[in-house]
Amino acid sequence: MSADASNAPLRTRSIGQPLARLDGRAKVTGAARYAWEHELADALYVYPVQAAIARGSVVSVDIEATRAVAGVVAVITHENAAKLQSDENKELWILQSAGIGFRGQFIGAVIAESLEIARHAADLVRVRYDEQLHDADFRSDRDDLYAPEKVNAGYPTDTAKGDAEAALRTAEVVVDQTYTTPMEHNNPMETHTTVAVWDDGHFTLYDSTQGAHSLRKTLAPLFGLDADAIRVIAPHIGGGFGSKGTAHAHDVLACLAAQAVPGRPVKLTLTRQQMFQLVGYRTPTIQRIRLGANRHGRLAAISHDVIEQTSRIKEFAEQTAVPTRIMYAAPNCRTTHRLVKLDVPVPSWMRAPGETPGMFALETAMDELAIACQLDPIELRVRNDAEKDPESGKPWSHRDLVGCLRKGARHFDWDRRNPAPRARLRDGWLVGTGVAAATYPRYRMPGSVAMIRYESDGRYVVRMGAVDIGTGTWTALTQIAADALDCPVGAIALDIGDTHFPNATVEGGSSGISSWGTAIVAAARAFRDKHGANPEVGSEASAASPDNPEEERFAMHSFGAHFAEVAVNAATGEVRVPRMLGVFSVGRIINPRTARSQFIGGMTMGLSMALHERSVMDARFGEVVTHDFAEYHIAAHADVEDIDAIWLDESDPHSNAMGSRGIGEIGIVGVAAAIGNAVWHATGIRVRDLPITPDNLLA
Amino acid sequence: MNPFAYERASDAVRAIAAVAADPDAMFLGGGTNLVDHMRLGVAKPGRLIDVTRLPFDQVEGTPDGGVRIGANVRNSDLAAHPLIRARYPVLSQALLSGASGQLRNMATTAGNLLQRTRCVYFQNVDTPCNKRRPGSGCSAIGGYTRYHAILGASEHCIAVHPSDMAVAMVALDATVEVLGPSGERRMPLVDFHRLPGDAPERDTVLQHGELITAVMLPALPLAAHSLYRKVRDRRSFAFALVSVAAALQIRDGTIQDVRIACGGVAHKPWRATRAEETLRGNPATPEQFGRAADAELAAAQPQPGNAFKVKMLRNTLVAALQELAGVAG
Repeated sequence: MSADASNAPLRTRSIGQPLARLDGRAKVTGAARYAWEHELADALYVYPVQAAIARGSVVSVDIEATRAVAGVVAVITHENAAKLQSDENKELWILQSAGIGFRGQFIGAVIAESLEIARHAADLVRVRYDEQLHDADFRSDRDDLYAPEKVNAGYPTDTAKGDAEAALRTAEVVVDQTYTTPMEHNNPMETHTTVAVWDDGHFTLYDSTQGAHSLRKTLAPLFGLDADAIRVIAPHIGGGFGSKGTAHAHDVLACLAAQAVPGRPVKLTLTRQQMFQLVGYRTPTIQRIRLGANRHGRLAAISHDVIEQTSRIKEFAEQTAVPTRIMYAAPNCRTTHRLVKLDVPVPSWMRAPGETPGMFALETAMDELAIACQLDPIELRVRNDAEKDPESGKPWSHRDLVGCLRKGARHFDWDRRNPAPRARLRDGWLVGTGVAAATYPRYRMPGSVAMIRYESDGRYVVRMGAVDIGTGTWTALTQIAADALDCPVGAIALDIGDTHFPNATVEGGSSGISSWGTAIVAAARAFRDKHGANPEVGSEASAASPDNPEEERFAMHSFGAHFAEVAVNAATGEVRVPRMLGVFSVGRIINPRTARSQFIGGMTMGLSMALHERSVMDARFGEVVTHDFAEYHIAAHADVEDIDAIWLDESDPHSNAMGSRGIGEIGIVGVAAAIGNAVWHATGIRVRDLPITPDNLLA
Repeated sequence: MNPFAYERASDAVRAIAAVAADPDAMFLGGGTNLVDHMRLGVAKPGRLIDVTRLPFDQVEGTPDGGVRIGANVRNSDLAAHPLIRARYPVLSQALLSGASGQLRNMATTAGNLLQRTRCVYFQNVDTPCNKRRPGSGCSAIGGYTRYHAILGASEHCIAVHPSDMAVAMVALDATVEVLGPSGERRMPLVDFHRLPGDAPERDTVLQHGELITAVMLPALPLAAHSLYRKVRDRRSFAFALVSVAAALQIRDGTIQDVRIACGGVAHKPWRATRAEETLRGNPATPEQFGRAADAELAAAQPQPGNAFKVKMLRNTLVAALQELAGVAG
């Protein structure tokens, strides 16, 4: 079958229905097994030993007292751990040398008969260090900033179209401001967990991962194994947001521990505090934005310069200015990314890396431009809407940012808004509204394969190694399979979450449904081609996610608009958000119920970013000192009032057979700007540094 | 967490004797703070004596119009008690503004008074802290001070007491009843918590082995007209940036009597006596409220990271008094 035929639009019946989560009952009754919960006989428990300095090396490790604790089975350090075969990824290259790259890095582990024994015994390990001066000081005036070769997801580090500097010099209106976002940490409910068994040259891992196959492909070369020698089992994952999208050091530590006690399962789960050191985070950013426009608000130039940090032991360059390249029609556009390497933990993916901090800055600047031009902020965005991709010049597969803004304006009663700031006081609270745009690229990752088999019970078993990180994959893939096979959802038996099933790509970049769903559609079409509408029991077919030549012809991005109403206490500066609305243009919605949940979850995370989340790095220690839920604030239920997400009724035939573009991340993008813009409207105070806390707004 | 022995006390005198004789022993109440500290390695008791079964679990009205609160009364029960809600609404509000429903169901009255600071450096055993390891230095000074003191701090410690309940009780002239190896004693709650001085390791004046048995609230008619206002970074489950407990009695526009205590600003619940003095006998106007706040805050010495607290507390205090007085700004 040709790629074009594989991507032909699907006739939708189950797709679009608000099917309740098929795994919901198992989850609320506790029957669904998360990584820690699989019942394994004879299990041992692992507790890590971590570096108490930010840079230097281990001189000696005294484990005498640790070994003396009853119930301790083994202690591993760099002196006795199994040798890893690849040091390409220094985040994963643990217990291989005495060197220390950041505070909290693993330098050992205790394996014991209970978690309590392991933790107590780990506390008794005495380490002597050769401590060197560390540097964890993130600021804009450093002289050691550098340009990475590329930024995350393979984008160019810098871009320049036209002559932005010249256009800025002659623009009638210029906004030139610096915006900052803090270090932020992913905190899925399920702490990162690996349960590992090493038996006869094979690993079995029960892991909280966003990619069962991708995890084993990362681990296999480290341990000198073929990928087939590692089985990863991950039927249910309690959230990830990107922090479980790549292997982290705990995966390796659990494997090293398992190799120290062959045949026995070893269980490792990080504490909440350890997650602030070991599973990635969103880099802090310092972003200078310059917008040049004529007095009617038509953009002549956009300039976006980003400074961010990475770890000295491994580079991660967040693509913060990338959304700026495609967002608005400006003839002149330049973007840059500069990094500083510090003695800090390794940054990584956090929901919509790049778009989330970048669009806070750009969409706040757009609000400032609207004010400078005395234009409604929606009208400003409409005037600068891009008919084609400003970066590549390609046509959009579908872009309806204006539709999102207009629909949201109707639902939010935007037209009755008085643009004057600090003009509404209700019972001691200053009230305002704000808007911001959202965008997120449509990604599809190649390589997913689905297998379909007709069983004697009249059901079609659909197998692939995809994962459900809480988003509704079990349900949405079942709906896609039902339509692809033209049968009811009850006739589908989905099997996911295991590398015994065919290869599936990582749940990242909002690409899961696009990547896996197209493989299922291709497999279903192959199945019907081969076996017809009335297959014999045992009939099978497999197919891979097909290439999509449309990806070369079109620029594929989703768009959205966020509306927020805020109330700021005139005396104390406390911020409330009584109303939030998100409107999205994301192609076809597979399941409106789980989609709404995803959008609202993203928007809540955006509110949390706007008002709460901040990892405070104490540079003196090289440590995040706000490393628990009492200090690192995430929005509580009480912070979220009237919140809703709606979408445009559409399908993107160029994207894939389902017409979908992916929805996991766009919900967070732009929310912080919408709230910040509303805070300005309420108070007349422009806060350019997140989070927006009461002390910023004290009158 | 270190291994430890656990015992359940059935007799107060024996429990007190046991703890007094063992420097490694501690009383255990609801465990909402101590157990956290044991997990973090901040506290390493070898022996825990659980006192929650001791019969200090009653809230009783006294004949003169006061209320006696048993040490083991849970925060949820105290907040909901009709006597508290009627006579001391400030206390009920303070309790309900603290922690979460689950924690309030566990936390006891005495345990709430004895909870320790949430200073991030105190809670992290890898950083110096004079309160946790006397003489090691104060990491908060020069560090992350958003939640730290602006009043009564010392060069050795700038931590704050985290309780909301205790702030309301200090405003209400509460007395603490204590049983120790050598018998009973009682003291005003305002003298129970210490300022850090050069011994920040000591949060209170309790001696090892002494056990709180009750908190006594005196009859205080003006407390029926009282409120607790807590300003925090998050709408629930967050410690106070600043808080105000206030009771106000006005006749013919003149302040007859007033009680004010502040939270989130000092090593102890801060009784605002200067503000009270500035108010008594004076007109109940926003201007006078502002003067009272300024009088209290004249001694404020904020850190670089919490200078905003001075204005925040001033505004919050004025707003709270205006609300009680029913006057508009």
